[in-house]
Amino acid sequence: MSDVAPTPSRPTPARSLLVEDARTRRRNAAERRFRAYGVIAIAIAVAGLAFLLFTIFRDGSSAFVQTYVKIPVAIEASVVDPEGNGDPAEMQKILTMSYGRLLENALARHIARNDIQIEGLEDADLSTFFSSQARADLRRAVLADPSLVGTVVEHPVMTSSRVDGMFKGRVSRASAAIDAKTSAAQYDLAMALGARDDVRTTFNWNFIISTDSSDNRPEAAGLGVAIIGSFYMMLIVLVLAVPIGVATSIYLEEFAPQNRLTDVIEVNISNLAAVPSIVFGILGLAAFINFMGLPRSAPIVGGLVLTLMTLPTIIISTRAALKAVPPSIREAALGVGASRMQMVFHHVLPLAMPGILTGTILGLAQALGETAPLMLIGMVAFVTTYPAAPPEGFFDPASALPVQVFNWTQRADPAFFERASGAIIVLLAFLLAMNLLAIYLRRKFERRW
Amino acid sequence: MDDVRLAERGVDADAKVKFECRGVQVHYGEKQALKDVDADILDRTVTAFIGPSGCGKSTFLRCLNRMNDTVASARVDGRILLEGEDIYDARVDPVQLRARVGMVFQKPNPFPKSIYDNVAYGPKIHGMARNKAELDEIVERALRGAALWNEVKDRLGETGTGLSGGQQQRLCIARAVATAPEVLLMDEPCSALDPIATAQVEELIDDLRESYSVVIVTHSMQQAARVSQRTAFFHLGNLVEYGDTEQIFTNPQDPRTESYISGKIG
Repeated sequence: MSDVAPTPSRPTPARSLLVEDARTRRRNAAERRFRAYGVIAIAIAVAGLAFLLFTIFRDGSSAFVQTYVKIPVAIEASVVDPEGNGDPAEMQKILTMSYGRLLENALARHIARNDIQIEGLEDADLSTFFSSQARADLRRAVLADPSLVGTVVEHPVMTSSRVDGMFKGRVSRASAAIDAKTSAAQYDLAMALGARDDVRTTFNWNFIISTDSSDNRPEAAGLGVAIIGSFYMMLIVLVLAVPIGVATSIYLEEFAPQNRLTDVIEVNISNLAAVPSIVFGILGLAAFINFMGLPRSAPIVGGLVLTLMTLPTIIISTRAALKAVPPSIREAALGVGASRMQMVFHHVLPLAMPGILTGTILGLAQALGETAPLMLIGMVAFVTTYPAAPPEGFFDPASALPVQVFNWTQRADPAFFERASGAIIVLLAFLLAMNLLAIYLRRKFERRW
Repeated sequence: MDDVRLAERGVDADAKVKFECRGVQVHYGEKQALKDVDADILDRTVTAFIGPSGCGKSTFLRCLNRMNDTVASARVDGRILLEGEDIYDARVDPVQLRARVGMVFQKPNPFPKSIYDNVAYGPKIHGMARNKAELDEIVERALRGAALWNEVKDRLGETGTGLSGGQQQRLCIARAVATAPEVLLMDEPCSALDPIATAQVEELIDDLRESYSVVIVTHSMQQAARVSQRTAFFHLGNLVEYGDTEQIFTNPQDPRTESYISGKIG
């Protein structure tokens, strides 16, 4: 090799590998900058998410506990059974209001007996101390068991939202003093009872299972109807959108001839995925309620609207999953004499399964969080009765989780704000569960080829 | 071309004609891929299709079991008779045809299932076994036929994609012969294999000649010389020359064939 002439024009005669030249330096700097942009973008996203979750949990976690006060309540016969004959029909005539007096008297007696001194305590402070739900609960208990009349019961009594807020730190003495619905004296009373260990804070099952409540008693409002409504709608979407969507994708991907018509259909499916969800709500209102005469506020209508909305998502993800199956598998199946349908159902579909399931569950999760179209079909109604079991229940009025959140944020009482945040936590828990299921199914069905 | 085995294996004088092809033309859309091919493919014979890339040899092979049907733009004209019956007749179900004309592809493509299921799939969908014992027998026979039985008999439940490349290709051959086809089409079956696996598959092809008509597309002229008795040379969509392998390689009649086998074109 020694007789070969050296390459005539080298730009720099002696380059060392140990020294970066200018070009390499610029290239490396550009790469470092690009990586830094990526890290910054992710950091911003994580910070935003953390802040969102932090505020939601800060405002909403207190919705999962509820404060009760445990005092002896005398069921005075003179109030609840004025005739004194224990006739249930007569006792039915005594309204909830009177039971409120029982609680009021019990609280007054409790204060007197234990020598609690509160300055400026008025009757109103006593009557608004407990939730109006507590009166109704007490009445129901007495009517169910008339032998309670004349006895003293000692069970936790639900406090009103303001008193509940005092123990959760939402209501301070200063804010209580300027609030028409409470007072500084009521705050002092609450703290005095708290100091006496009369206060019980328990997990708020009511919040999960109860129905919505009126503006006067946010402490009694629950998500029961919304959860059932959302569950029914998911059931309808699952039963309708998944088979229709998967069947459509299989037909379009594996069987349909390539012509103008199928091209038009494909373009339209992609466009449908981009249609704002509220448009689907208007469609549902026009088609299902006005034209077909289905009832308003019913999970059946919500489920149908969400089905239409979810179909494009499911079709697009299923087709992508089918496309990802290598053509060699199709050829192998056809080569041994499988029919097209056998090829699809024995080989292509099992391989596409993880992708189909992931797409489907993400579509369902999207439908679970959808609010706008449901408002148009009346799911935003105030519903205090549980829908019946399916299939009749599909036609009963119900609410839905995201709509319930919207509904509660519209109410004035800060206790509803707390509940809205709590409902968001429940909704997020459901979404998280669905996404985990999607990941699990993906792992379970994933196969190498 | 100086392979010693070349001279040993002549064509059986009494070999029956399996495929009779007359005026076969294939278009992909506007483009003509195959021009007026006339050829007879013999039973119990290995027929090799050689030629440069894009010459139409794979296209012709895929006509023989109607795999071209899966390509939407493909159009096949002319007549291809399998034992006297036109396989492009409207009454022919390609599924039945493909059970009689098996295929092995360029890249080993076992199903992502167990070795057993890979081989048993064809017999199952064609209802060839009445019970598990019969199916077991078919699977064993096919795996023995593909010279794979001894290597996999203890791990039939393992996934077929976990085998080595050569084993995967022999598994695909086992899968193809499990349905008891009459013809076995092989589209460059060794192009993804190393020389040792190639030698095993070539040996297998020679054995398969006992029971099947084998048609093999290959890029390697040495391979064609080693395994085949008949060779067809394709060029630019034309069947240029078709004859006994020995004659094609030693005494080509067409100048194009001569240039190709001597390495001047292709």
